[in-house]
Amino acid sequence: MRNFVRFLFRRHDVQIGLIVVIMAACFSTISSGFLTPGNLMDMLESYSVMAIMAAGLLVVLISGGIDISFAAIAAVSQFLVAIILVRFGGNWFVAFSLAGLFGALLGVVNALLIYYLGAISVIVTISTMTFYFSILMFVTQGKSIYNLPNWFTSDISVLAIPFPVVVAAIALLLTLFLVSRLTIGRQIYGLGGNPEAAKRMGCNIVGLQCFVYGYSGFMAAVAGIVQAHRVEEVVPYALIGRELDVLAAVVLGGASLSGGVGTVSGTVLGIVLLAVLQNGLTLLGVSSYSFGVVTGIVILVSVSATAYAAKRQRKRSIRDAI
Amino acid sequence: MMVPRELAEHDQPEPTPAFVEMLGISKRFSGVQALRNVSFTIRSAEIHCLAGENGCGKSTLIKILAGVYAPDEGTIILNQQAHSHLSPAASQRAGVQIIYQDLSLFPNLSVAENILFRRHLAMPSRLVRRAEIVKQAREVMARLGVNLPVEEVVGRLPIATRQLVAICRVLAAEARLVVMDEPTASLTHHEIDALLETVRGLKAHRIATVFVSHKLEEVMRIAERVTVLRDGSKVGTYPASEINRYRLTELMTGQKFETSLKPAFSSKTPPILEVRGLTRRGHYEEVDFLLRPGEILGIIGRLGSGRTELALSLFGMNPPDAGEVLIGGKPARLPTNRAAIRHGIGYVSEDRLSLGLVMPQSIADNIVISVLKKLTGVLGLIDGGRRRKSVNHWIDELHVKTRAPDRPVQELSGGNQQRVVLAKWLATDPRILILDSPTVGVDVGAKVGIYQIIDALAARGIAIIFITDEVEEVLHQTNRILVMLSRRITATLDPGKVTERELREAISA
Repeated sequence: MRNFVRFLFRRHDVQIGLIVVIMAACFSTISSGFLTPGNLMDMLESYSVMAIMAAGLLVVLISGGIDISFAAIAAVSQFLVAIILVRFGGNWFVAFSLAGLFGALLGVVNALLIYYLGAISVIVTISTMTFYFSILMFVTQGKSIYNLPNWFTSDISVLAIPFPVVVAAIALLLTLFLVSRLTIGRQIYGLGGNPEAAKRMGCNIVGLQCFVYGYSGFMAAVAGIVQAHRVEEVVPYALIGRELDVLAAVVLGGASLSGGVGTVSGTVLGIVLLAVLQNGLTLLGVSSYSFGVVTGIVILVSVSATAYAAKRQRKRSIRDAI
Repeated sequence: MMVPRELAEHDQPEPTPAFVEMLGISKRFSGVQALRNVSFTIRSAEIHCLAGENGCGKSTLIKILAGVYAPDEGTIILNQQAHSHLSPAASQRAGVQIIYQDLSLFPNLSVAENILFRRHLAMPSRLVRRAEIVKQAREVMARLGVNLPVEEVVGRLPIATRQLVAICRVLAAEARLVVMDEPTASLTHHEIDALLETVRGLKAHRIATVFVSHKLEEVMRIAERVTVLRDGSKVGTYPASEINRYRLTELMTGQKFETSLKPAFSSKTPPILEVRGLTRRGHYEEVDFLLRPGEILGIIGRLGSGRTELALSLFGMNPPDAGEVLIGGKPARLPTNRAAIRHGIGYVSEDRLSLGLVMPQSIADNIVISVLKKLTGVLGLIDGGRRRKSVNHWIDELHVKTRAPDRPVQELSGGNQQRVVLAKWLATDPRILILDSPTVGVDVGAKVGIYQIIDALAARGIAIIFITDEVEEVLHQTNRILVMLSRRITATLDPGKVTERELREAISA
């Protein structure tokens, strides 16, 4: 029993979950508005875009890569789809299909560059981020699109759950199914854990990379559509700058930047942690400019706690070896 | 010096059918002849050693068998079919499986998933069936007679257990021939015994095993035949019963080595190092010994005997609880390695790759890294001329084979890297040099080079502590032997008055 408890406490998602519970308890005693259904649903709604992007990024991190360009991909896909919807009309199916297609294509471009140039993913995706975003700004001249169709901007809810939350839930469940139940998901874990072994086992490396970066692009574009639906406009630079928040949430949720490690449940908790923190601070009336400071500290503490534990573990095993 | 018998080529009468025959294989890489007309036959279910020094062509031959390289000339007969070359898929389909030295496991996945990872690549199954994977992994483990924690993540397992996972994986792939690349390099004696037992189990399942190694003492115990390569050519294939260590060394290097004992060491000079009752609880206890300038003192003991802990204490990296250390007759405190270096103590670590050298930096930088202070001129800046002079001096002195001292150390061969480590410590002008398993992982020819360096150092009056777990090495290369067992010095022996067998028993009693 004691061992089981210790095992639980060593699990990263359990630790993060505990922190979430403690923080939520603190905020609800200080502010009576925190633990109300209305506030909680608002919170979920406003972090759904981030959650959809995180689902895509998680898969890239598991494969041992990183994607910085997904917010730019989301912005580009969002813009292209908005133009098509405004000019030709359409429906939700068309909107998501087109966005997903554009997003996946831009993601595959990342994958091909990474595979065939042999360049590291962080450099390639920073470059494509700049490239995709600059083209978007050049073409739009920074102008927003306001005249989105009514069906697109009006509020929808399924069983009283707002539409963005529904999409986020589907995205996360799909990703959960992908990484834990599909053989391609297990190959992605293998690739992230030991790329050389994956190659020797006969994994199709370029295929896997196209899949993960395509998936990240796809999810980003879907998130872009949901974001446009929420704010009822398409602003070219609205999503830029979000990539590091999303990355932070996924890493906070236990995904490793060196690949092979990461879970959907952890990612959800990482986002919930950031959401609770920022929402609680707002309710306490703290200036929103301080969010960055607080989230920065939380991420730093969390990431360095993980790294420190790994370092201690390494030291212990060296001592055992002697 | 033992005179070896001339042995007959033993390829002709084949008692069991050949599983694979590689005939007249040649391979060139951009001007370098890696293999020259090599024939290599592996019978079904036999245990075969492929021996040779680094760079002799072993790996190339194995990669041709695995289908990674296509040979320039030659034929490969596999399952009665002749091929000019194999593809990786064809090789694996025929049942050829390679276990590389790094094992190529997925550290983040469970034992069961590692063993059956290939199922994830099989086309019709897109869904992961966990229960089935665990069940099949258990079946494979039962066939091999091992019991591994199927749900545990491989990265948390010790290296010997990981090796078993790799063997289970090739078994799950229906292997008929398993090639193990340097399987014993990172195992303890006990673990090697267990591995050899496992390989016997493979034989019982009619699976052939090829050990690829330059360190063959252990695997020779169960091998049936040995094929030796040298400089890309085959020296011959011999029954293992007709090969011993000395013979094998000669075949691999083409040279005869003197294995005479050192003349007895006698010196009237006062001891440079005196250790009295040195103790660190849990590490080693009540250690006493003397060391004179120019003497080579062997400390033999197995992993866990306390030998490395003692060495680290003398180098100031593992402070003792009790006892004293006298250097040059005066009590010395060694709280840090900087203090030890100040007292003229040098330490060359066992793991030369991670502790001894900064691999991506140049040979020159590595040599002078511990004496930078001595090379500074005005304003505390490094004097380029003095640095160059020091570097060139040591490269000549120790015969480091290199085109230029500004090349990264990682480009050097193992033996030459070892010389750079020695140069680094010699530059500090040590009085006592501790060598912790200096010949681990280097091949036979390079080993002899290292022994010559050690002798040269001792001849300069440097006192040497030579830590090893190889019996014949300590017998032939030291003046006096301390046996370390269960954290104590259990005997002090004269190499001239003790046999290999006695010494082997002393360290494992």
